Amino acid sequence: MSILVNKDTRLLVQGFTGSQATLHSEQSIEYGTNIVGGVTPGKGGQTHLGAPVFNSVHGAVEAVQPNASIIFVPAKFCKDSILEAADAGIKLIICITEGVPTLDMLVVKKRIDELGITLIGPNCPGIITPGEAKLGIMPGSIHTQGSVGIISRSGTLTYEAVKQTTDLGLGQSTCVGIGGDPIPGTSFIDVLQLMEADKQTQAIVMVGEIGGTAEEEAAEYIRENISKPVISYIAGQTAPPGKRMGHAGAIIAGGKGTAEDKIKKLKECGVHIAENLLQIGAKTKEVLG
Amino acid sequence: MNLHEYQGKELFAKFGLPVSKNNVITTADDAVNACRDIGGNKWVVKAQVHAGGRGKAGGVKLVTNPDEAVEFANRWLGKRLVTYQTDSKGQLVNSILVEECTDIAKELYLSAVVDRGTQRIVFIGSSEGGVNIEDVAEKTPEKIIYEPIDPLTGPMGFQSRKISKVLGLDDEQSKQFLKMFLQLTELFISHDLSLLEINPLVITQGGKLHCLDAKINIDSNAVYRQPEIQAMHDPSQEDPRESEAAMSDLSYVSLDGNIGCMVNGAGLAMGTMDTIKYFGGAPANFLDVGGTATHERVSKAFKIILADPEVKVVLVNIFGGIVRCDLIAEGILAAIEEVGVSIPVVVRLEGNNADIGSNILAESNAEIVSLNNLEDAAKKAVELSK
Repeated sequence: MSILVNKDTRLLVQGFTGSQATLHSEQSIEYGTNIVGGVTPGKGGQTHLGAPVFNSVHGAVEAVQPNASIIFVPAKFCKDSILEAADAGIKLIICITEGVPTLDMLVVKKRIDELGITLIGPNCPGIITPGEAKLGIMPGSIHTQGSVGIISRSGTLTYEAVKQTTDLGLGQSTCVGIGGDPIPGTSFIDVLQLMEADKQTQAIVMVGEIGGTAEEEAAEYIRENISKPVISYIAGQTAPPGKRMGHAGAIIAGGKGTAEDKIKKLKECGVHIAENLLQIGAKTKEVLG
Repeated sequence: MNLHEYQGKELFAKFGLPVSKNNVITTADDAVNACRDIGGNKWVVKAQVHAGGRGKAGGVKLVTNPDEAVEFANRWLGKRLVTYQTDSKGQLVNSILVEECTDIAKELYLSAVVDRGTQRIVFIGSSEGGVNIEDVAEKTPEKIIYEPIDPLTGPMGFQSRKISKVLGLDDEQSKQFLKMFLQLTELFISHDLSLLEINPLVITQGGKLHCLDAKINIDSNAVYRQPEIQAMHDPSQEDPRESEAAMSDLSYVSLDGNIGCMVNGAGLAMGTMDTIKYFGGAPANFLDVGGTATHERVSKAFKIILADPEVKVVLVNIFGGIVRCDLIAEGILAAIEEVGVSIPVVVRLEGNNADIGSNILAESNAEIVSLNNLEDAAKKAVELSK
């Protein structure tokens, strides 16, 4: 078991022939991911990395029946690409691209919710089920199959949590990078719900950061609905207010969204806190006993 | 990206919203003409900086003759205004807004933001204006209304009436407010705003609604499709190193400490800063060198970090994803040589080929401490910073 992706995932790559998509698709194929095709308008009929290229998602769906799509197109085209995949009936969409305008996401989010589609991202590293499928830009080599589910707003910080749980022999069930934007397609709560139901996952690591109130909302949800132990680390304890820390979502605004507030709330709701990023793995091991 | 008040008011005027007759001046000599142009015998002069709290800091003044406006301009133009919202250096005043004085009967509050919780544009209104809205929210939540705009329907008349009720408007003012509500929503969406705040929105003694302030932030992800906004960009309001970094697509924020940080990824960069603090050090900056730490990007990052004279040691923390660490190590060495780094550099490399990368660094002639776990690297950097 795992969540969202596994060895049966048939992946489509949107923006397939671009340089980033090519680099990461090669790595995904090497990891064992089944890439059934790609889309680049105007390049339909070609073959790229051994897979067919289509002009549209609809054409690809008809020919090769993908059940997930990963998007690498430039930010200004993401709204169109996500909605195209949604319109073509794909139920799991991962948008890696960084810099998507927030107002585009407001509309996209409303639409995918209506259609019951899972969108991961934008501005995220993607999702991986170790040993089965890698849909994203994370280094496959640091992952091992195991019992810890990892959810994170940040890319390289997720790798840090993965590496630590691998080194301590725990391994991961599925790792989901939900992205650092203000309006993410998938929230912590959406993933927590899936991980609670997943038999393989025995503990959940939630890596948050300053900005917004997603961690606080997740904390409330955990208290009411999650029976598995949750370990959390919040980045940005030393970040000054009013300064955006790289991610569009990582900003302490109007006194809200500080690491201190989030940690306090998480503790109140029974979440185990890794005080420092170096302790994520050790804390998880300790909690699992 | 932020706008100045006068730029916000230009946009307001363009969308038909009521703002005071005004003139923007950049030299003290223009102050007299600015007052004459506007007419009357009372004016408000306001220093234009990207920060709130100007009034308390002396950056806003009511003047009753043009000479006082000249005096105010002489006092502030070319100087830095320090408010509770700025750092200790303050923000440079390059322009001053001279406005017709408005007779105020009542001060209200109105704003619109992209709210992450509801995932909607939400209007926030309160009958308590001119004050800190967070305080109102805490003490008298019943005086605030939050009204989300559905992306499908857009702003509706009934929503305008709900807000009007909380603002305490009479029938005439409610009609005027409906028009403003629609205009503001149109402005918000068409210009990709992330925040729009009018504090205070006032009722004049003549009973009309009037926008006395204008605070506007634009979604930086969308600036590419807003040519009018691009032209309003004022680099003088930003830290020069932050602007320079942004031009090279690096994300940099300067802080008060002495340990320069170069990290790939925003989350890990924050985590690295926290780790330094945890071991008793003080980070000099946040710097996200991006997913692919190439030679060019690393060189640029070193230049920006070393432009801060406080920096005593640089901690490089790279979690190599797809890119091999041996290539990153070579990039770091080339950058150190090119930039001529003369202070100690502590490097932690993790990911593919991390060992080979560390060896390359260890065997070089540069003053580099190469450690392959973050704990040791952070402790070392803190030690070298003392």
